[in-house]
Amino acid sequence: MDALSPSAGGHGQQHPIGVYLKVWGLLFVLSTLSYLVDYFHVGGVLRWALIVAFMLAKAGLIVAVFMHMRWERRALLVAVLLPPLCLLVLAGLMWAEAEHTRQTRNVYFVAESGAAGHGAADKADGAAR
Amino acid sequence: MAHESSDSPLGTTAWRDFVADWSADRVAFRVPWGKAMMWLFLVSDTFVFSCFLVAYMTVRTSTPVAWPNASEVFALTIGGVELPLILIAIMTFVLISSSGTMAMAVRAAALGRRREAGMLVLLTAALGASFVGMQAFEWSKLIVEEGIRPWGNPLGAPQFGAAFFTITGFHGLHVSAGVLYLLVVAIRLLTRGAAAADGGQGVEIAGLYWHFVDLVWVFIFAFFYLW
Repeated sequence: MDALSPSAGGHGQQHPIGVYLKVWGLLFVLSTLSYLVDYFHVGGVLRWALIVAFMLAKAGLIVAVFMHMRWERRALLVAVLLPPLCLLVLAGLMWAEAEHTRQTRNVYFVAESGAAGHGAADKADGAAR
Repeated sequence: MAHESSDSPLGTTAWRDFVADWSADRVAFRVPWGKAMMWLFLVSDTFVFSCFLVAYMTVRTSTPVAWPNASEVFALTIGGVELPLILIAIMTFVLISSSGTMAMAVRAAALGRRREAGMLVLLTAALGASFVGMQAFEWSKLIVEEGIRPWGNPLGAPQFGAAFFTITGFHGLHVSAGVLYLLVVAIRLLTRGAAAADGGQGVEIAGLYWHFVDLVWVFIFAFFYLW
């Protein structure tokens, strides 16, 4: 399969139709699986692990094959895929900040309004935390 | 100018190419300029959507009020059976289907089959339009029947509405713009106007945008609807 040979990118890329069809099918399967996670009420850590796993698999397939990144030169791949990793830092910082805010709110708002623990318990149930 | 010796610690050819390309003082990305610019735009758009999703994570984590259960909020009763999240699942499948037809269109254009490519792009646009239609249905259902507002809702944390309308609204805007973009591409393919001899690059670049819209939906589906 010449699908694996890197292209110079000078012309529109041509790849065997089978590659696209396979990825298309896989995307359907992975989407169905992630829907079934919800349908069968899978909970807790397993739920999050499955959702993220299916999500990353789908994203990887779309970028690698449909968007042709698999066949682009490394210079473009690095320029496109490396910068978004900074967002993980942002997400980490904001998560820490959000946890702090929630704890503060639980202490000063939820407890003082006489419904001590009520909101926090709701939250715990709602998110299966 | 970088000159890589054969015993470069960077190892593989691809990495040597990377260093050589970036240090070449001239063209770094050996792709058509349109493709490089589209990728640049998509990287910036990645940051916009990521900021929305991070903001959503922040408000959802920081509220002591229960978050509405998306599985129930987006359930539909079809034939007397209540199916959780079914509309969103259908929308997901429609968008994936459109990504598939777009990939076929890109391939057809690269092979010089303009008519086939044009029809496939039209089909992609039609699927995209139906996605937007279902989203409009979803919005009206949430606004009219469920009473969801950007500043509050009867189901739980008020931030739910703000996050929902911002994220899905911005994504829907991208899909709508994409439908217009694809219509232009299809017309140009079918009427043999401009962009005749570009080896299908114009279609490939439009495909990048369209697949990106699908890509964003993958993350929205996982983080907003399934989480």
